[in-house]
Amino acid sequence: MTGEMTSLERVLTTLGHKEPDRVPLFLLVTMHGAKELGMGLQDYFSRGENVAEGQLRLREKYGHDCLYSILYAPLEIEAWGGEVIFRDDGPANSGEPMILDVEQIRSLEPPDVATSPVLARALRATEILQQRSHDVPIVGSVVSPFSLPVMQLGFEAYLDLMVERRDLFDRLMAVNEEFCVAWANAQLAAGATAIGYFDPVSSPTVVSPERYRETGFKVAQRTIARIKGPTATHFASGRCAGILDDVAQTGTAGVGVSAEEDLAALKRAAAGKLALLGNLNGVTMRRWTAEQAEAEVKAVIAAAAPGGGFILADNHGEIPFQVPDEVLHAIAAATRRYGRYPIDRVDA
Amino acid sequence: MGADDRARAFERALLAMDRVGARETLLAAAEGTDTLAVAESVVAPALERIGDDWEHGTVSLAQLYMAGRIAEQIVSELLPQGRPGDGEPPQLAIAVLEDHHALGKRLVLSALRAVGHAVADYGHGVTVERLVQRCHDDKPRVLLISTLMLPAALRVREVVSRLAPPAPRPVVIVGGAPFRLDPELWGEVGADATGRNSAEAIELVDRFTGGVR
Repeated sequence: MTGEMTSLERVLTTLGHKEPDRVPLFLLVTMHGAKELGMGLQDYFSRGENVAEGQLRLREKYGHDCLYSILYAPLEIEAWGGEVIFRDDGPANSGEPMILDVEQIRSLEPPDVATSPVLARALRATEILQQRSHDVPIVGSVVSPFSLPVMQLGFEAYLDLMVERRDLFDRLMAVNEEFCVAWANAQLAAGATAIGYFDPVSSPTVVSPERYRETGFKVAQRTIARIKGPTATHFASGRCAGILDDVAQTGTAGVGVSAEEDLAALKRAAAGKLALLGNLNGVTMRRWTAEQAEAEVKAVIAAAAPGGGFILADNHGEIPFQVPDEVLHAIAAATRRYGRYPIDRVDA
Repeated sequence: MGADDRARAFERALLAMDRVGARETLLAAAEGTDTLAVAESVVAPALERIGDDWEHGTVSLAQLYMAGRIAEQIVSELLPQGRPGDGEPPQLAIAVLEDHHALGKRLVLSALRAVGHAVADYGHGVTVERLVQRCHDDKPRVLLISTLMLPAALRVREVVSRLAPPAPRPVVIVGGAPFRLDPELWGEVGADATGRNSAEAIELVDRFTGGVR
């Protein structure tokens, strides 16, 4: 490989389990765009135009290989009528659960994706990114139908529902699946290249592999089959080693890997089946020096890059707002320097 | 059957979510002795092993949660009413700082209560201001703070500094995802310790309270 690939070519090649010109880098920065525009986070996320402009400036600055049209994790819950709490120094959080009595699930109806003003902001961002960028993957996102209930009901009530009220659990999955498919396909229609399927509850960190196989796995199979574009499943810092073969059978193209997992072992297990995305530790990243950033990048490249099928990213799917620009520059520079194929060996 | 065998049987029942079996095991163990002793010799080791297994990825968070909840319910049924100190604010308090996801707190709260500790629950989404005020009012000996997101974890620093002398401040134990992912963070924010799971929380509380229930 002599010429420089575009970001899209680079990513598609690695998703095909071949070696591109260099390791693709996804800097999954959702909030840093607000700094670029000199805005507070809530103002920044109030308009899709801001998010698109922020993403374009960030890519210009760091030269990474994607544009990320996600606004904030509880966006969907806001569309469902739930509470979202903004803060100045970090990601928006979902507030009190919107379902206080599980019996409400019987009559629950999903929001209409086409008319939701909340979702329209993310779709607007996606449309602008599609118009103003070329050959760069635009990554949209959905919270999986199986994981959304953590915000709909609260974690405890959801675990109770899963174990004790299977009838209502099944009804909730059916409603959430309809919403998730419609939301993913709307983003693809607006210009997203691929969808991040965020499914932390399916991680063996949260439910056992046995329970996953009878719940989150089946939900993912049904849902992903109806999404009209490629997906990558992300467990948002949760582990995935115990269910990797099952995840491959959901039809997803890649998987986000926790910083708590053995990346090299996962690469061996996933080779040819799933591309890996990860797994820089976003929490410690906040206080890395440039030298540490370089060492961390070298280590993940050594563990997972040979043979392709690897995108370098953080472990959570969202880089904390506190991570300084210097660290992001150092990560991008180290990826360019040490990620050039062919990679036989990188001294980590 | 010795205490260790009973603890193993109790652990198996908890992991199988078998409330009846777990209750019978504990009732049998409690015959001729007091519930607090059984909580220490049977419940604590069972929960400790389940916590360790979660750490090693062989037990899920859902199992850890259900185990703690079942154990807490059974022990609270068996504990005698009108224990010494009832009516006073407990010497342990727990809160979720700023975040609104309370599962981590629930896990620790259940585990501590299941081994016989009285714990004041300050709730979730608690502001720094409110948490400091509650501590000034109740004067807990140990304050456990759970967080989900990094910004909330960083705010522990403010809690600790506002609880600082001249008033005696509680021992501050922190937990949650940011502290698991960054092993140095608890020291950076001025906490006294961190626990990676509910079993470690029990161990730490016992260390700082001398095991007094």
